[in-house]
Amino acid sequence: MTAATAPTETVPPAGEAIVPLVEARGIVKRFGTFTANDHVDLAIAPGEIHALLGENGAGKSTLVKMIYGSLQPTEGRFFWKGEPVGITDPNTARRLGIGMVFQHFSLFEALTVTENIALALSDVADINALANRIATVSRDYGLPLEPRATVADLSVGERQRIEIVRCLLQEPELLIMDEPTAVLTPQEADQLFVTLERLAGEGCAVLYISHRLEEVKRLCHAATILRHGKVVGHVDPRVETAAGLARLMVGADVHAVRPRHARTAGPTRLHLDRLDLPASGPFAVALDRVTLELRAGEVLAIAGVAGNGQSELFDAISGERTVSRADAVRIDGRDCGRIGVTGRRELGAAFVPEERLGHGAVPAFRLSENVILTRHATCEDAGLRAGFIDARRAGSTAARVSEAFDVRKGRPDPEARSLSGGNLQKFVVGRELDRRPTLLVVNQPTWGVDAGAAALIRQALVDLAADGSAVLVISQDLDEIFEIADRIAVISRGRLSPAYDAHVMTLEKIGLLMGGAHGGSDRIDDAEKLREADGHAH
Amino acid sequence: MRIELEKRAERSAVMAWASPLVAVAATFVTGAIIFAAIGIPPLKGLYVFFFEPLSSLWSLEELVVKATPLILIGVGLSVAYRANVWNIGAEGQLTAGALAGAFVPIFYNSWQSPATLVAMLALGVLGGMVWALIPALLKIRTGANEILVSLMLVYVSQLLLDWLVRGPWRDPHGYNFPKSVSFEGWQTIPTIGDGRLNLGIVVALAVAVGLAVLMRHTLKGFEVRVLGEAPRAGRFAGFSSDRMTLFVFLLSGGLAGLAGIVEVASTVGQLQPNISPGYGFTAIIVAFLGRLDPIGVVVAALMLAVSYLGGEAAQVALGISDKAARVFQGVLLFWVLACDTLILYRLRIVRGAPAAEGV
Amino acid sequence: MDQSALLAVLLTIVTASTPLLLAALGELVAERSGVLNLGVEGMMVMGAVAGFAVALTTGSPLLGVLAAALAGAALAVPFGFLTLNLVANQVATGLALTLLGLGLSGLIGEAFVGQPGVRLEKLHVPGLSDIPFVGPLLFGQDLLVYLSLALAAIVSHVLFRTRVGLILRAVGDNHASAHALGYSVVRVRWAAVLFGGALAGLGGGYLSLAYTPQWIENMTAGRGWIALALVVFSSWMPGRLVLGAYLFGAVTILGFYVQGLGVGVPAQLLSSLPYLVTVVALVVISRKRGGGDAPASLGRAFVPDR
Repeated sequence: MTAATAPTETVPPAGEAIVPLVEARGIVKRFGTFTANDHVDLAIAPGEIHALLGENGAGKSTLVKMIYGSLQPTEGRFFWKGEPVGITDPNTARRLGIGMVFQHFSLFEALTVTENIALALSDVADINALANRIATVSRDYGLPLEPRATVADLSVGERQRIEIVRCLLQEPELLIMDEPTAVLTPQEADQLFVTLERLAGEGCAVLYISHRLEEVKRLCHAATILRHGKVVGHVDPRVETAAGLARLMVGADVHAVRPRHARTAGPTRLHLDRLDLPASGPFAVALDRVTLELRAGEVLAIAGVAGNGQSELFDAISGERTVSRADAVRIDGRDCGRIGVTGRRELGAAFVPEERLGHGAVPAFRLSENVILTRHATCEDAGLRAGFIDARRAGSTAARVSEAFDVRKGRPDPEARSLSGGNLQKFVVGRELDRRPTLLVVNQPTWGVDAGAAALIRQALVDLAADGSAVLVISQDLDEIFEIADRIAVISRGRLSPAYDAHVMTLEKIGLLMGGAHGGSDRIDDAEKLREADGHAH
Repeated sequence: MRIELEKRAERSAVMAWASPLVAVAATFVTGAIIFAAIGIPPLKGLYVFFFEPLSSLWSLEELVVKATPLILIGVGLSVAYRANVWNIGAEGQLTAGALAGAFVPIFYNSWQSPATLVAMLALGVLGGMVWALIPALLKIRTGANEILVSLMLVYVSQLLLDWLVRGPWRDPHGYNFPKSVSFEGWQTIPTIGDGRLNLGIVVALAVAVGLAVLMRHTLKGFEVRVLGEAPRAGRFAGFSSDRMTLFVFLLSGGLAGLAGIVEVASTVGQLQPNISPGYGFTAIIVAFLGRLDPIGVVVAALMLAVSYLGGEAAQVALGISDKAARVFQGVLLFWVLACDTLILYRLRIVRGAPAAEGV
Repeated sequence: MDQSALLAVLLTIVTASTPLLLAALGELVAERSGVLNLGVEGMMVMGAVAGFAVALTTGSPLLGVLAAALAGAALAVPFGFLTLNLVANQVATGLALTLLGLGLSGLIGEAFVGQPGVRLEKLHVPGLSDIPFVGPLLFGQDLLVYLSLALAAIVSHVLFRTRVGLILRAVGDNHASAHALGYSVVRVRWAAVLFGGALAGLGGGYLSLAYTPQWIENMTAGRGWIALALVVFSSWMPGRLVLGAYLFGAVTILGFYVQGLGVGVPAQLLSSLPYLVTVVALVVISRKRGGGDAPASLGRAFVPDR
């Protein structure tokens, strides 16, 4: 172990009490035979912004759910201001002064902002007075909200504000935030950091869960790193390097994707020509004149914050939703806007959706059956003859895929839902790659997947393009995009920006495009901002 | 003390087999309690109800006769429910099939040839399909809830039957009784042997085997199961849930219609206001008891046929109403559903409040 | 139609609509909490037989009313246990409840077939009830009619203006969020299911105590199912439910009225009007709203992870 990985004790800011605000000692949490947290220790001082680092599955969410009272520890104790305390339920946590903003919001779409917040508070005498307080507090902290708005009408960033304001109204002493910037544009994230720094200055501690190292380095005073449920270090992220933090999180050098060699792209495999798609429901996004050309041999990434039309775009390209204009979608030059999924697969296309359980695979079905799901019309290896299923053939295909993509499973042919996220994702991606498709469209390829599996998947995508296929990646993970993409476009509110070469794209430019500025748009001031951003390229 | 459910990593194959057996055993126990409550010696009651019907050849034949419509309708419903399409109106489709099939003997009373029977059966299937088409199309086009629509149509079909049998289709030589002309010769289902056993059972078993093969070994069966378990994945696979709704409604409706015409052309021999002791509804229980699997449905149908016979026997031997059979059927379904939980979850009895841990 | 005939028709519409309103109101509350209970028909018919039996043996229709409500709630208990504690399929369990209720009520009611019942008396407010035409219509109804309308107003108020109602609606909208916030989803739903059962029982009791004071097997004749359709038709709003219930009651009565006129329309066709109108209503409302108003977690299983 090098010096950089030796644990460094947290140093409380000078002049503050040494007694930590909240402390966890020897926390263990087991779910059946699985140990999510293994003797975890943690201490946060008042007014400190403390990061909880770890990759997906490290046990961060489990730990904070126990601090918040949603779960109970199997062993171990919590201390609040030095006194032992049993946090039996969220109400107790709130009474102590702990507030939590979850990664997945606990909101009620059909109810108003005020009603949502009223539900989260234990005693609300006058709902109108509450509405006024919401308006005032939200404005004061730079996260304005309209109390009478219905949640269903709000954007993801605005919904997060509801969660935050709800906590702020209770004047917390500890605010827990679980992956808050996953759903924010870079500009919104900046605003959030300002708010958090202000809170810390007022004496409120912040427990900041993230796997985004640059953010943590920028914002946090201290960090605890979890790996596979155990604490592997307490460090000061202002001192530690991003690489060092990454090594602690993952335990080994992260496999870096082999750099791509510049290559001339081949014929156009996928062409979207002013694709329009009406919104399918009140909470959906309409696609507006989406135009895109994807060539053989390249990886094109579409960046965007959740909820801007990614799923809709995926459904339109895959054929789950067809459009009236046949030439709006062309695969290999063939009009297929009106052809369904199976027809597009027969043209050599393959698709991997965002949700693996329930969409990409049937949770209760075995892997051998899930192979048939996408391959029943296209090749015998799915095990289909004259309408009859050949279970052995399907089984051997599933085995081949599992072997090639390092899918770790407990039994030879398990149910899809018993696999871990990373392994199932490897299977779902592998199932498509095994067909050697000429066009692959994948939505959020490594969401919720451990680093090892993520690296394998990303390498597979790059290799597929290198072999001459066209690869379209829709992702919310900018790090991933910069790692594998040749060209980058941004989707915002159902509109797609032009695709720029990856080496001229900057974080700032992407942020602007996410905010709605389009390079060739009719909004002159946005185009100016883009040019300015180009000038500040780093 | 609380019951907590712990999700199993995978469906328990053991419990998938054991749960219907546990449910049956629990029904026996509940039955014994009910008997005791109404003053009948429990063991005698259970014997009369469940075991006497198996004791003589005559009653075994009756068993098969009663099980036939349950099998026909039950296998169709099992496929529909696997697809998560809730056809609750099988009783109405049965009635519609009986009406459609009866068209032939009523209007072509003198037509006697094997083709007559074929025509009747075909019309029966068609009648059931048409009746089932209504909730299917309404669901597809407008999203109207198929449970309520198919159910409303049960009442409508029964009123239609009532009207026809008392009015336009009443036998003019029938002494004003509300019934149609009797079906004769080739207008009835051929019998096997000299009892009431008829070819209906052969058809039913053939259909059950056919559907079992469909569900387990064909792409169509795969399609049904995917759309039922994970509709989004089904769409991703290129399957259409609208077409599946149509398919399973036509299938289950057609089979219910077939059961209807088989019933009136065999057991009953004519049309009358009451042609079915609720087979369409009992078949729902049969489908669940049979684990929504066609072969399981055959076994379950035989078991529930026992309860029908038992109800009739109990009326005679124990002096209780044959409604008791319905009660048993309802109790059995409850137990089946309760025991089903064990397939996906493990039960844990937890003592004390969970907050005691870890402090 | 002269005034006294019109009055008679209107009075019958009220008695025809009340059982629908009661049962549908109970189911509305259950569905608002996210539970789809298809057992309304079973709970109604159990309420009918229990109400009749108790009123007959004790001579008191009020005790019968109480018994009807209790019987409905009692039948809801196994449903609640199966669907809320054991997470069984709600559709199948509701059907089982209906089959059980129909069978059990038939069994219990055998002793009472053909016996004359005890009628729930209509109220008589001195002075007000004597006003010609309006008097009997507005002030001469029986207790349950006023109760049904009062309950509709109370349910509406509680749902939309109190914290209890807010929690109920929240549970029905997103049970995962409600659980994350610390509310007991199972307890809220139990309360809603029992309330729904009690009201369905009341609706059934009305049939055997006021509508036609006697017991006939399966006397609900599908009203429970119609009540379920009414809930959808009302977009889960109590005010619209009252309108819907009275609309259906009117359709039913008009059918009888036309029959009585001796027009050559077959009685069975007129009897089938309520069912056909239900289908039409479902189609119309499903097209307009596309089911977007339903409580989002309606019918979905809930298992808390501890």
